Amino acid sequence: MSLERPLLETRRLFAHYRGLAALHGLDLAIAPGEIVAVVGANGAGKSTLLRAIAGQVAISGEIFFDGAPIAGLAPHRISRLGIALVPEGRRLFPRLAVEDNLRLGAYARRGPERFRPLDLVFELFPRLRERLRQRAETLSGGEQQMLAIGRALMTAPRLLMLDEPSQGIMPRLVDDIFAAIARIRAGGVTILIVEQRLAETLAIADRAYVMQTGRIVLAGAAGAIAGNEEVRRAYLGM
Amino acid sequence: MAGVVRGTLAARRRREVLLGIAILAFLAVLPLGISNVYLRGLIVLALLYAGLSQAWNILGGYCGQISLGHALYFGIGAYTSTLLFTRLGISPLLGMFAGGLFSGLAAFLVGLPCFRLSGHYYAIATLVIGMMAALLAANWDFINAAEGITISFHGESWADLAFRTAILPFHYVMLAYAALIWLIAWLIEGSRWGFFWRAVKDDVAAARSLGISIYPSKLAAAAISGAATGIGGALYAQYVGFIDPESTLDLSLSVLIALPAVVGGIGTLWGPLLGAAVLIPVQQLSVAWLGSAAGGIDLMVYGALIMALALARPEGLVSFFQARARKEAAGHG
Repeated sequence: MSLERPLLETRRLFAHYRGLAALHGLDLAIAPGEIVAVVGANGAGKSTLLRAIAGQVAISGEIFFDGAPIAGLAPHRISRLGIALVPEGRRLFPRLAVEDNLRLGAYARRGPERFRPLDLVFELFPRLRERLRQRAETLSGGEQQMLAIGRALMTAPRLLMLDEPSQGIMPRLVDDIFAAIARIRAGGVTILIVEQRLAETLAIADRAYVMQTGRIVLAGAAGAIAGNEEVRRAYLGM
Repeated sequence: MAGVVRGTLAARRRREVLLGIAILAFLAVLPLGISNVYLRGLIVLALLYAGLSQAWNILGGYCGQISLGHALYFGIGAYTSTLLFTRLGISPLLGMFAGGLFSGLAAFLVGLPCFRLSGHYYAIATLVIGMMAALLAANWDFINAAEGITISFHGESWADLAFRTAILPFHYVMLAYAALIWLIAWLIEGSRWGFFWRAVKDDVAAARSLGISIYPSKLAAAAISGAATGIGGALYAQYVGFIDPESTLDLSLSVLIALPAVVGGIGTLWGPLLGAAVLIPVQQLSVAWLGSAAGGIDLMVYGALIMALALARPEGLVSFFQARARKEAAGHG
């Protein structure tokens, strides 16, 4: 797979997490406007990959965002460059109101334009609008995930990374979340998604990487990976 | 549509200001209806602690950094203003801001190494630094060591902030102080720094991932909180007319400064005032009624009351009002 000018590129990325080697020399590239899925069994290093790109775990190797090296930058600097991570477990501010959680996404930027992503957030998740004054901790699991994605969108990212967005959500809302992800991409945001739900994820993704014990073992068009029986049995346990 | 989010915030903040003005007006006329001098003194003390605890709340409540060393900033404010007044003749009206400046600087400097520590270690570090400072002050001859400094009295004067017989002027001085620190907290609540601090308090990793830099946020909160505490220390010195390390730098004072905010509602606009209104009278009255009895009964009664309050209202006294307000808001929605 050759990409003319990737939005994000990692070269020989190694990461150690809690004393264990979690990533073993990962090479990965994402073109602007793509949805790229990273799939693999539990413990393959998928979450660590996202956290490494966000600057939250110690790494060696190179990461380029829009051509500029970002490896070793502090998490808040990486965020300001336009990379947002919706972490596993959502990490909302539980005691703050929904509106304050959203506002916090925008506050690291300056100027009156910073609240503009709100239009998109309300369009994607009208429920949030009805619950603006509620504390985040009073929302349902699905609503919390919507808020986590909404808060990340408020940072006006060019790359949105989602870690298990369907986790702990009732099935009816899972479809809404995946539909929202497709719409976010349509708005020009590039997406890197880690998910356990293979069918739904590969259905909206353009390409996919299959990870096993910290290495990429397979890369290709999402449709091809979804349709490959052998891959599914060998790496994805289904 | 962005106006929606800004609009509800503006409405919420307008209500807070209106409530603030109403309470300010009430507190301004309150002493006029009270002739009992002891009671008036009690209110003056409660107002001072409302301001001090609000100052602590800026760092401990909004930013979530629990300091057990705020007596240090109180003491620096008290000593700076008192030394400027007694040695150089500079009015405490100016001296209190010099005190605030030094206190803010001290809080910043304490924060430089201590904010590298996480969680409870910050609280422990501030506790130790505060105790060391008290010990040093008690042996430092330049500030009269443990003997303390008496502020000599040359007649009632607003210019020197000196009043011995009348309590009423100090009522308004402390009211102005409490109102000023409340206003600072209110301004912070609506500012992006205020939101940063609350994010830092709730989840450091999440705050960082939204582009918020943690260390400068904490330092700014500490400096503002320390400066606000120092001004209170200077006013206290003028009110009492005497300062020594035991009354301005002791660990117990650090606890007394934090308590009203904790009991009233940590990280809220009204918690410190509410906590001070309840705790200061209880504390003073338990000393007055039980202090002469067998050692420490007053402290036991005081401690038991705080435990009862904490059990009944773990989120602070203010949650009693908030629960009602939320219920009403839900009714409208």
